[in-house]
Formats: sequence, C-alpha cells, structure tokens
Amino acid sequence: MGHEYVPEIAIDRDGNQHEVQGWQGDFYGGKLGFWLFMLTEVMMFGAMFLALAYYNTLHPQDFLDASASLNRLLGGTNTVILLVSALTMGLGLLRMRAGDVKGAKLMIWATIILAVAFLVIKGFEWTAEYHHGIFLMHDKLLPESSLPFGQKLFFGLYFSMTGLHGFHIIIGIGLMLWLLKRINAGKVSPEHHILHWNIALYWDIVHLIWVFVFPYYYMIGAGGATGGH
Amino acid sequence: MSKTYFDETHCAIGHPKSTFMQWMLTIDHKRIGIMYAAVMFVFFFVAVFTAFAMRLELFAPGGQYMDGDTFNQAFTLHGVIMIFLFIIPGIPAIFGNIVMPLMIGAKDVSFPRLNWFTFWLYIAGCCIALASLFIGEGVADTGWTFYAPYSMNTGTNVIMALVAAFVLGFASILTGLNFLVTIHRLRAPGMTFFKMPLFVWGIYATAWIQLLATPVVGITLVLAILEKYFGIGIFDPAKGGDPVLFQHLFWIYSHPAVYLMILPAFGIMSEIIPTFSRKEVFGYRTIALSSASIAGIGYLVWGHHLYTSGMSDIAKTVFSFLTFFVAIPTGVKFYDWVATMYQGKIVLSTPMIWALGTIITFAIGGITGITITMIGMDVHLQDTYYTVAHFHYAILGGVVFLMFAGMHYWFPLITGKMYNETKAKIAFYLNFIGFNLLWFPMFIAGYYGMPRRYFDYLPEFQIYHQISFIGAVIFITGLIYMFWVFFKGWTKGEPTTPNPWHATTLEWHLPTSPPPLDNHSKVPYVDFDPYEYKHGEPVVKFNYETMQRID
Ligand code: HEM
Ligand SMILES: [Cu+2]
Repeated sequence: MGHEYVPEIAIDRDGNQHEVQGWQGDFYGGKLGFWLFMLTEVMMFGAMFLALAYYNTLHPQDFLDASASLNRLLGGTNTVILLVSALTMGLGLLRMRAGDVKGAKLMIWATIILAVAFLVIKGFEWTAEYHHGIFLMHDKLLPESSLPFGQKLFFGLYFSMTGLHGFHIIIGIGLMLWLLKRINAGKVSPEHHILHWNIALYWDIVHLIWVFVFPYYYMIGAGGATGGH
Repeated sequence: MSKTYFDETHCAIGHPKSTFMQWMLTIDHKRIGIMYAAVMFVFFFVAVFTAFAMRLELFAPGGQYMDGDTFNQAFTLHGVIMIFLFIIPGIPAIFGNIVMPLMIGAKDVSFPRLNWFTFWLYIAGCCIALASLFIGEGVADTGWTFYAPYSMNTGTNVIMALVAAFVLGFASILTGLNFLVTIHRLRAPGMTFFKMPLFVWGIYATAWIQLLATPVVGITLVLAILEKYFGIGIFDPAKGGDPVLFQHLFWIYSHPAVYLMILPAFGIMSEIIPTFSRKEVFGYRTIALSSASIAGIGYLVWGHHLYTSGMSDIAKTVFSFLTFFVAIPTGVKFYDWVATMYQGKIVLSTPMIWALGTIITFAIGGITGITITMIGMDVHLQDTYYTVAHFHYAILGGVVFLMFAGMHYWFPLITGKMYNETKAKIAFYLNFIGFNLLWFPMFIAGYYGMPRRYFDYLPEFQIYHQISFIGAVIFITGLIYMFWVFFKGWTKGEPTTPNPWHATTLEWHLPTSPPPLDNHSKVPYVDFDPYEYKHGEPVVKFNYETMQRID
C-alpha cells in the first residue's frame, strides 16, 4: 500500500540532523494509545462503582444481606482463575520478547482456556441464581416483588457489572484468537509485538477490574455468611 | 505542478479506482476532516430547520402547526443533533483533523486507520439517531438531557437515542485518543509543547476531556438502557433508584462537554487574532495554560446544573464557588486577545471580523452565565428563556461563530481557492444582526418568566417571540448565503498562494495550496515561536524545497 516509512531528517540552522518520528511503526505511540484507551475503561467502570458506593451508603443492610447470598466459593475460584490467567498472559509476553514464539503461543492458549473456564463458572453461578428467582426481569427482581429496594439495586448492579465484565472477557478471548492468527501469519513477532503487548495490557485491566468487583459484591456480606446458593 | 490531496490518497483497504470509493476509504486526515464537515453541516441544517419550525410555532400564543408532543420531539431532535452530532464532535473532527497535523508538522494522525474507522462509527451513530425517527413511537421527547425518570417511562424511542449517543460518544473518545497520541508523538523535531500553536493546545486540552469524561456519560447511558430494557431500578424512584444520580452522572460529562466545545473554538480565536493583528500573541503561555486549567476546573463544577434538583446547601455553595473559578482562565484569555490587538496592525478580513463579533457575543453568553452561576439567580432563571438565550449566546455565538471564523480562515488552505471577501462580509453582518435579534429578546422574556420547552405562552410574551422570529429569518438567510459564498469560492474562486494571510504557523508553510498528500514535503526543524512578527511581517521564512529557514 506504500505506507512504508522512510525515516526523514530535519535539519536545524546549525546543520544538525534530527530524525522525524513517523506514525508508521511507532511502538511507543501504539503503547501510549492503548494506555489511554484503558484509562477510559477505568473511568467507565469507575462511574459504575460510584453508583454502587452511593447505593451502598443508602441501603447498607440490604447490601450486606444481598451480598451474603452470593456464592463466594464460585466467585473465589473465578478470582483465582483470573489471577492465574493474568500470570500466563504476562509470561506469554515475556516469552515473546525473549524470542520464544512457540512458548508464547502456548501461554496464550493457556490464557484462553482459563478465560473460558471463568465464563463457564460464571454461567453456573448465573443459572443457580436464576433458579433462586434472582435474575433480571425475573421473579424476585420484578418491581412488584417484595424484595427490599436495596437488594434489588444490588442485584441489578451485580448483573450489569459482572455482565459487562464478562463481555470484556469474551472480547478478550476474541482478541487472543486474533493475536494467535497474527502470530501464525508472522505479523506479530519478537521484533514487532505491539499487538501482543496491548492485548496483555487489556487483559491486565480486565483482571484488575475483577479484583475490585469481587470484594465489593461477594465479600462485604461474608461476615453474616449463611453460605451461597 | 505537484499533486495535491485532492488528486491522490491512501486508502484503508486496497486502492479502488473510482474517486467515490477513494473518498469512502481514505485514511488521509485532510479528506476525513472534509467528510466530517460535509456530514455535519447537513445535520446542522436539519436541526436549524427543526428550530425554525419551533420558532414558527412560537410566533403566536396557542397551538398552530404542531401539538405539544410534537414540539417536545422537535426540541429534542434539535438539541440532540446540535449537541451530539454537530457541535461536540464539530471543531475537533473537522479542524482537528484537517489542520492540527499540519500545524505540528506531522504527515498524518498517529492512527490513520482508526481515524477512518472513527468516522464510520460516527456515521453509524448518526444513522441510529435518524432511525429512531421512524421506528416505534418516533424520536425521543425527553430533551437532549434524557432526564430520568421521565425518559424511563415515556413511550418514545429513547433507547435508540441513547444508543446513538453512546456510539457517538465512543467515536469522540477515539478521536481524542488519536489526537493525544499524535500531539505527543508526531510533533516536528524541535517543537516543544510551548512552541505549539494555540489551536493545538486547545485540541490537546479537549482531547483529555473527551477521553476522561465521555466514558462516564457512556456508562450512564448504558445503565439507562439496561434500566429501560431489563427493569433494573437504577434511576427510576418507582423502582428504588435515584433520578438525581442520573443528573450527577450526566453532568459530570456534560458540563466538561461544554469546554469540549469551547476550548477548540478558543484555539481558533487564538490563531486568528495574532495573524490579523500582525503581532505576536500576548501571553502565549497563559493562553495555553488557561486551556489546560479550564479543562481541569471544568470537571468540578457540574453541580451548578442541579441547584434546583435537591442538593445540600453546602454542596450548592461549593459548586457555585468553583464555577466562578472557571471565569478566571476564561477572562485571562479574553484579556490576552485584546492585549494582542492593542497597537497591532489590524487587518479586518472576514475571519477577523467573525472573531471580533464572537468576542462580543461570547462575552454576553459568558457574563449571563455568571449570573446563573449564582444560586439565588439561578433558582429564578432555571428553565426559562434566559437560560435558553444564555446557552445559545455561548454555543452558537461562541463556538459555532468561531467555527465559521475558522472556516473562512482555513478556506484557502483547504481548497486552494479564495472566497469573495465582500460577499463573505455581507454574510457575516446578516448572521450577526440576525443572531442578536433572535436571542437578545429572550433574555428579557426569560427574566419575566417565559419558561423553556413550552409550545404555548401568555400573550404578554408575544412581542419577544415575534422579534425573535424576524431575527431567525435574517439569521437563517445569512447562514444560507454564507454557505453559498463558500460554494462559489470553492468552484469559481481565485486560486491562492500557500500563505494568503501572512500567517506564521506551520500549516501555512506548505509547498502548495491545497496541500500535497504527504503534507509538508519535508519536515522543518522548529526552533521558533509560533507567532513571530516584526514590523507586521512574519519573521520566519522557509525555502520550500529544503524546508530550511532563509530569514
Ligand atoms: C438557527 C439557529 C437556532 C435556532 C433558531 C434555535 C432555536 C431553538 C429553540 C426555539 C429551542 C427551544 C427552546 C425551548 O423551548 O426550550 C432551542 C433549544 C435548544 N437549542 Fe437551539 N437554535 C438554534 C441553534 C442552535 C445551535 C447551533 C445549538 C448548539 C450547537 C443549539 C442547541 C440547542 C439546545 C441544546 C436546545 C435545548 C434542547 C432541549 O431543551 O432539549 N441550538 N433552540
Ligand atoms: Cu455546566
């Protein structure tokens, strides 16, 4: 397509040469761009946490009660899975940078499998909640049910946020598959791995958000624990 | 004669033969900017037309041409188009794209393909907004602010309007991101931050707001969609939610969005004033830093939209106090512009008279803004025509006027042609007179209690609405005439040299006009300030072959 960059030189008054930065193959530009994008993700989830914190102060007891009924075992398992997946993802990037493409691919696959496991467990959780009558547009969460407002808000936000987080996991899996394709096509290599770098960063943010979601939803009610469903 | 960006382009996918597809697929920032302009001004006129229909209805008390519900939909459509489709994305998408990279000596933005994608995302958002007109119960009737709980309960197509706003917001985030990286990475060698032209500073501050504030409204809209769709009670008090929370989250974005509109517009002003005063800008650093501080303070003042919604008195006082603070950097800018003109060789070309006219109209918008910053005043004036007049003075008389100023200023750069000065000036006076006639009476009507968003009113207000109507006719005539002058200029105008205004910033130091595909054929080394004049002439001169200085 003819976008290849021929580094250009600007010359100042004293005749010194200065290399001009082009947009093509700008590794730091790509990294900076993705960092900024992740900042918007943080702001987005941040606004949701704000809403959550606000309702928490309005209905503290309802929140504790609702939280107590979540399944901490499954949630906890998922937390561990996600943390390990962050590790595999990071190792994959290290492998790539060290020139070990095969090892990197293996690590990416491991991450994908863990991500799928996360979703499966989340699926079990949601199904169980559904059977307890707790689901959007369903039974206990309907406007006419007698569940206190605070609990309804808790669960409404719970489904919104874990749903949105799950959506990010799905996107992440898609990105990793795409990354594998690019690696196989030789478009991502130890010399040119900005895509790998950025997807690893993305995955870091995804797991970081969960690290906040988990205590906020699952743990606050642990004190009066009556066990999960 | 070398080729210009009209003759050739880079494409996102392959390189199609047809000129049409070359435009659709282009990743050249200049062409993308032009396409944004084309689409946005079509929408602008759609919204002007809806506004005119409202003015027609308001010509006399009682209902004439539309009922109350239609009127509600009319002002919502007008507001949504003007705000989300036109003026928020406007200046960054058009001039940020076309001239910002030229000003810093970059060959394109950092992510040209993302830029192309963003444009089409914007188009997708527009299509969704338009589709909401025809699907279901028609376009939303909530006003552009979508306040809960009404928006949660009305039968009109609010969900689609929300989705559209979300998609447009996403496009805005990506534009800001692209510009931030561009400004950080692609400045010509030697161009430090304090050697950047002031328009670039405006775009830079704006981009940060786009990036940090838009996601907040984005998620607010998503929550509202979820609430409408799944019955979660986040904002509807009937389900336990809090409508004031919606207002907080909404204005956390939408107040900074006001600066999103005005900062790049101020940037245009800061380019035009020194160029047509033939003088170095006064207080370069204070102008640059005031943009940054307006962007910063702008985050902390959203509460002034909620004085009447229920907030503690302490919160109100704090928000009012902070809001006054924004006036300081804004005042500094005005002072610097006037000081720049002082003892300058003022050239009253069309861009300059637009800029001078804007100083007047925006000052009125700004000062009336201060009056409604005061809690006591606002409780009286909130949701009256006083507020409507205030924001039209600020947005239309500030941002849109400066956008027009920029269009005249950069017209020769973009098209390589010149418009007819006399006719362009006539267009300005029509606009300026029409505009003031249209909105000034509304301050008075609002002060006496004419409420906003009403399609009917007491007979005592009729005189104001009638003057307004005459103003609207003159104003709209002026608008159409102005675009006609542009059109004539582009098709039949005189070809220009690359620097017809004797400007100093880099976008005027190009080998040809219009610019070549790759912008600066050779990137200069920047060891000079952006606005250096001596005896009314630019100091810095280049040999356009080598881009070495020859002064
Ligand atoms: C030809 C020029 C224009 C005319 C005649 C016009 C007229 C009007 C009228 C009659 C209203 C309804 C007032 C009410 O009943 O509350 C209105 C509202 C509004 N206008 Fe304009 N307008 C013009 C240009 C603009 C521009 C350029 C913008 C912004 C870029 C804008 C933004 C708005 C907004 C945000 C509202 C509030 C809508 C709402 O209440 O939801 N207008 N305008
Ligand atoms: Cu505000």
